[in-house]
Amino acid sequence: MSTTTERPTPVATAAPAARPARVRPRGESSPPARALSHGILILAGLIALFPVAWIFYVSLGPDKSDYLHAGGILGKLTLSNYQHVLFDTDFFTWFGNALLVSGVTTVFGVLLAATTGYAVSRMRFPGHRPLMWSLLVTQMFPIAVLIVPMYTMLSDLGLLDSYLGLILVYSTTTVPYCAWLLKGYFDTIPVEIDEAGRVDGLTPFGTFWRLVLPLARPGLAVAAFYSFLTYWAEVPFASTFMLSSDKYTLAVGLQTFVSEHDAQWNLMAATAVLIAIPSAAFFYLVQRHLVTGLTAGASKS
Amino acid sequence: MSVAVQGATGKGSREREPRPGLLERVKRSYAKHWYAYAMIAPVVLVLGALVIYPLVEGIWLTLTDANSLNVARKIGVNEIPASYNFVGFHNYADILWGPGSYDRFWSHFIWTIAWTAICVFLHYTLGLGLALLLNKKLRGRAVYRMLLILPWAVPTFVTVFSWRLMLSDGGIVNGMLSSLHLPQPGWLTDPLAQKAAAIMVNTWAGVPFMMISLLGGLQSIPAELYEAAEMDGATPWQRFRYVTMPGLRTVSSTVVLLGVIWTFNQFNVIFLLFGTGAPDTQLLVTWAYRLGFGQIPRDYAQSAAYGVILLSILIVFTAFYRRWLARTEQANG
Repeated sequence: MSTTTERPTPVATAAPAARPARVRPRGESSPPARALSHGILILAGLIALFPVAWIFYVSLGPDKSDYLHAGGILGKLTLSNYQHVLFDTDFFTWFGNALLVSGVTTVFGVLLAATTGYAVSRMRFPGHRPLMWSLLVTQMFPIAVLIVPMYTMLSDLGLLDSYLGLILVYSTTTVPYCAWLLKGYFDTIPVEIDEAGRVDGLTPFGTFWRLVLPLARPGLAVAAFYSFLTYWAEVPFASTFMLSSDKYTLAVGLQTFVSEHDAQWNLMAATAVLIAIPSAAFFYLVQRHLVTGLTAGASKS
Repeated sequence: MSVAVQGATGKGSREREPRPGLLERVKRSYAKHWYAYAMIAPVVLVLGALVIYPLVEGIWLTLTDANSLNVARKIGVNEIPASYNFVGFHNYADILWGPGSYDRFWSHFIWTIAWTAICVFLHYTLGLGLALLLNKKLRGRAVYRMLLILPWAVPTFVTVFSWRLMLSDGGIVNGMLSSLHLPQPGWLTDPLAQKAAAIMVNTWAGVPFMMISLLGGLQSIPAELYEAAEMDGATPWQRFRYVTMPGLRTVSSTVVLLGVIWTFNQFNVIFLLFGTGAPDTQLLVTWAYRLGFGQIPRDYAQSAAYGVILLSILIVFTAFYRRWLARTEQANG
């Protein structure tokens, strides 16, 4: 049925012609419909790609107003912006700060959240429902509700403009979120495994530590990656609490190129590309797990 | 998310055992709960110290007239004690129906609601459409998937800057519009165009999450259901309406709830696209930030009051949403 099209897919040609012509096998469609699908996907793909490609292109132009005369960039492609950003600015400091803060937050969040996720997944105890509710409600906190009291608290404790302060602030959202995510993952591990452990004489902690935690490694990884990527790119708290330029994270540092007086768009673009490359690479490495981890709790319970 | 809770509470029956005597039961439940409490202790401590305490402190601040000029602070070696006063519910009353409350609150409120509704609708419909296409047996599916996920893979603060370049006067978007002889709105300056730009950028950034989650949901629908529907001669539309949509219900309810919460609280897109200027385009959350940190003197009390109002709106919404979900669940068996 598809031998005459200009786009014969291997699947289509392999399909037996024995099926009634009226109802096509699922997932296959007529040539025009398929062409339309490809057309829509190509268009959507271009829209998704364009802004990212554009900032890369702009980053190759040497002048700060080059983005206004995009055609001109072709004639003077240069890597000088990158050179300037890498060697004449605090890029590596910001990079290190972002790595440190989001890395420590992630480890802290996942470690603390793991036992709680397990407890709410497996055990019923007085206070279970309020705890689940508060885990859900903390997801809803608009930054405005915590940012002011956090600011006064941290300034009382002398933790403004310090890594520890920012890590504590990030923990407010990452700990409940990880607990939530891990609860969803623990729900997918059969309870029979726990029961087998108990029969063999393990305590609940022993069951958790020796049997369930090793099985939940993918879930832990998802929680870790997710919070890492979130705090890697967090803006409002970082730009409010980190005051001196040697403490900036990347999200804050990037904004310094564009001030009211002088907008160095070309340097900003180059920095943006430098930030985007590692995080996108990291994201693509883990995205398959990210998706299953995100939907596991919802679809399997 | 909400579904996970309900599913989990239903699972409690798994652990129920035949009832022994009262004393034995208390003992046993104590042993059991002791473990549970020990395991949740770290999170409860963190929530208490880092969420509940600041929240209470924040709610207290909303009942005062605290700003950056009268809170306790240190200048050099001199410690200046706090000198703000308790004003009761004055801040809330002022925000909700004080002079100029339309410009300060209600206009942002309406815009925030419209923004959330439009963005979540676009995220969901576009995400579902693309997920359906990606779920077909098409050549190059993996490549399309990689491309379409890109807005999610690159951090927002990077992509929003790119959009800012593209949307600026004389940027590429208006360049293209002018070559097509179409009007060229001032995307970053004209209030209406600003809103359109913000929705466009946020939609661009938010579709991949919906698409991938829904794709996961689509792939978990058993193929037998479709085969049965085909046997019965169901049209593609009927298969979509009676097999696909019900099969997606759990995933959909979760991602829509998450989408509403995230979009309602969306900070990065507005803040990075317009900064604290563009008063008409500020969502409630960025407006609250601006009151607290984008002006001098910083109005801590009002900013926190906005935060409390925002949180209340979301909690009320979530409660209704979950009740509505439970009802439709029952209605559909």
